[in-house]
Amino acid sequence: MAEKDSSLSEERIAYLEGLVSQARTAAAVFTQYTQEDVDRIVRAMVLAGLEQAQYLARLAIEETRLGVLEDKAIKNMVATEFVYNYVRDKRTVGAIREYPGRGLVEVAEPIGVIFSLTPITNPTSTVLFKCIMAIKTRNALIFGPHPKAWQCCREAIRVMYERAVEHGAPEGVFTCLEDPTLDDNRYLMHHKDVALIDATGGPGAVRAAYSSGKPAMGVGAGNTPVYLEKTADIDMAVVDIITSKTFDNGTICASEQTVVIDDEIYDRVLNKFADLGAHICDRKAVTLLERTVIDPETGFMRPMAVGQKATDIARVIGLPVKPETKLLIAPIRGVGREHPLSVEKLFPVLAVYRAKSVEEALRVCVDVNHAGGIGHTAVIFSNNDPVIRKFGEVINAGRIIVNSPGSIGALGGVYNDMVPTFSFGCGTGGGNSTMDNVNVYHYLNIKRVARRAQAQMWFRVPNQIYFNMNAVETLRQFPSRSTIIVTNPALEQIGLVDIVRRSIPSETLVRVLAIPDAEPEAKVVTQGVETLNSYRADQIIALGGGSVIDAAKIMKLKYESPEADLEELAAPFLDIRKRVVQYPTEKANRMRLIAIPTTSGTGSEVTPFAVLINKEQGRKITLADYSLSPDVAIVDPQFVMSMPRALTADTGIDCLTHALEAGVSIFASPYTDSNAMQAIRLVFRYLPVAYAQPRDVEARSMMHNAACIAALAFSNASVGVNHALAHAFGARFGVSHGRANALMLPHVIKYNASVPTKFMPSPNQHGYIAHKKYALVADLIGLGGTSIQEKVDNLVAAVERLLDQLDVPRSIADLGISREDFAAAALDLAKIAFDDPSWRSNPRMPLVGELVELLWRAYEGRSVREPAAETLAGAAV
Amino acid sequence: MTANSVGPEFDSEYVIHCLQEAASKLEGGQAEVVVDFSPVQRLNPAAVTAMEKLAAQAGEKSVNVVFRGVNVDVYKVLKLMKLSSRFSFDN
Repeated sequence: MAEKDSSLSEERIAYLEGLVSQARTAAAVFTQYTQEDVDRIVRAMVLAGLEQAQYLARLAIEETRLGVLEDKAIKNMVATEFVYNYVRDKRTVGAIREYPGRGLVEVAEPIGVIFSLTPITNPTSTVLFKCIMAIKTRNALIFGPHPKAWQCCREAIRVMYERAVEHGAPEGVFTCLEDPTLDDNRYLMHHKDVALIDATGGPGAVRAAYSSGKPAMGVGAGNTPVYLEKTADIDMAVVDIITSKTFDNGTICASEQTVVIDDEIYDRVLNKFADLGAHICDRKAVTLLERTVIDPETGFMRPMAVGQKATDIARVIGLPVKPETKLLIAPIRGVGREHPLSVEKLFPVLAVYRAKSVEEALRVCVDVNHAGGIGHTAVIFSNNDPVIRKFGEVINAGRIIVNSPGSIGALGGVYNDMVPTFSFGCGTGGGNSTMDNVNVYHYLNIKRVARRAQAQMWFRVPNQIYFNMNAVETLRQFPSRSTIIVTNPALEQIGLVDIVRRSIPSETLVRVLAIPDAEPEAKVVTQGVETLNSYRADQIIALGGGSVIDAAKIMKLKYESPEADLEELAAPFLDIRKRVVQYPTEKANRMRLIAIPTTSGTGSEVTPFAVLINKEQGRKITLADYSLSPDVAIVDPQFVMSMPRALTADTGIDCLTHALEAGVSIFASPYTDSNAMQAIRLVFRYLPVAYAQPRDVEARSMMHNAACIAALAFSNASVGVNHALAHAFGARFGVSHGRANALMLPHVIKYNASVPTKFMPSPNQHGYIAHKKYALVADLIGLGGTSIQEKVDNLVAAVERLLDQLDVPRSIADLGISREDFAAAALDLAKIAFDDPSWRSNPRMPLVGELVELLWRAYEGRSVREPAAETLAGAAV
Repeated sequence: MTANSVGPEFDSEYVIHCLQEAASKLEGGQAEVVVDFSPVQRLNPAAVTAMEKLAAQAGEKSVNVVFRGVNVDVYKVLKLMKLSSRFSFDN
């Protein structure tokens, strides 16, 4: 029941409640109907509407005294036949649209009870239209017709209802207010069982609908500007405008109101109008019209003129016209209150304006559009496409009709392919919730059944990787006119550059660019690009650790694409496939990048990442794009035989961390798993040997391969929370990346293997599997254990043993960092780690508090084998 | 505004008969009355009205009316009519 309305009698309220109850029952029962049921009923109704089109038109004319019998009959036919032609094949029950490729199905849900206001100007046609829409969508309608058109509407509803029920529609599906009043409307608009208000009518009705607080579609007044541009087909345009403006004596709110005519054709157009039965008013007649048909108080048209014949209006103002006059044409000189005829006129009076230029014409059309017609309809007659396009841009109208009549064009389906309608949505500019031609889809709630999509994955790696001892000799097969070797002074000093030089074809001009052995700064990149430019290099060989290779990647990027903005390219992203910033594809120069790593850890020789440091601002710029990946990687162990032991340990653990994090990443795939697992196996077997016996060629070779293989995995699956913590901690306390990773690693394994506080959304995985992946690793390296929990524990223990074997400090405290200093930094570090993109692929979404806890565990270095509060294995997940 | 309904496949007679039978049992002093709705594929407005009446009577007598075998389309109608909470359902 609606709110108590003191203006309504108890009897009237009981009557209104009865209507709603009937409609509500019908709507509920209607939900059981099939598409075939409603299509059968709709077809029968449409035939009934067509049979009774003229009869209903006559009733409308007799009751409203507006419009033209023949035109109203045509409108009734359009409202049935044309609307049917549009809806007949539309699915409106159950699954209405399917998108198999997207895993989406749209399913129709009826709205329920709709309270529908209908206008005086198009009473029966609007009823026929809405009845067809309601049945097609399985909704029940309560009609509140305009009080001066309710009897003809009631008869139209009866015609539709009886035919509908005869063919199986639920009883009570349409009801009509008897002797409707504004109080009735207000009561129903606030009724809890009315689900939607569909108000087709004047601004008052639309405002009332929207202010009810109910979902509402209110479609109302217009003020259609027409631009008659000099390239138009004038004969066609004038006939179309007369056809439209005189149709049903101008009662369709989409009909033409002011025609703005280019100066060059103005006289010819007016003569044409006169030839075809229009009367061109002189100044005196215009003034008479202004005073008579427009209310000077409100500035709106007077009801007495609405839907009347031109000759009748002329008679009222005392204007002598020929008996066959169809239209009164009133030249105006502007738009607004001082030009009364520039407003909406739902009768055959048409304002015309002479425009000196296209710009002026468009401005006046915009003025008319904004004088009560925003969002409704506009018309242009032109054969100048740029002008038509501009008109479409500047005019705010849901229907911009080109080279056709406004009123009939806006109805849709006759002159164009717009959806047939008798309700014109005017968008937010018109205070409406839609700008569409209201149709069956506005009478439906459309549900979307979205199946879980299997995300498209990728595995992208450089297409040339050469490995094993003396792999460097493959450099001979890469022809180059000018090659720059980017390296650092230490490597040059110990003769590694010479080894490379010896494998480069003799005809190649070779230059060496020695850069500092540290993460590259912008100035180093700039210097490198200058060198590349001055030698017109076509090949760059990066010989060194991760920093040198990163520097070379960025040099290549800037050399090939000088306009590349590194700051912009470093913009954050969540999914590399959907990133906002795209790397340049246009290349000013092209060159080959060959990476020869001299450490066994970063894997930079195959990764799509590069880090640049901005020392002044104290921050790093991380670049990530597959275009950064080197073209060729040469994984030759002779370049790591002299690697210091500590560096062997740190880079080896970095490699292990890459592989373990890629293994449990939410982007892990069978392709990355195969690489990650193999890398882990190689590390556990060969890293202790390489550390203890640095000259062991097999161990060095296998660790060099392991680093590259792990990088193939994390280049595609990314890393995780271990790296995020290590980045933050390492940068703050000046601890090498590999060592920082080592300090976090056992704790992070334990963390990821336990029940997450927050799960990470991961469409590629079925359930939480990180602990199972760790158990798989334990099996792979033969750690034993029967349960998942036991295997995870064994893996953690194995990592701890490995760290012990490598003499890696087992706590941050062991590094000599005081508890006070660490406590002062811990929260900040956690926040920085949280901003680090590395964890975005971690299986468990870290909370800042959890990051703090992990940092403290790493500080304390306490045994991670202490029983955790809750483990996944314990929870039998 | 009335018309004869020849709606699609409503077993109106069966439904009305069931509901009348259930209504008569309300007088028998039982705490629960079971109605077999498994043959009912759809409801029409008359059936809904009869169910509203039965719900009111059962409420007055404090008798629990259990509908057995109600299909989900029929259940949704009862839900929309706010009748589902006034009955019990058993599969």
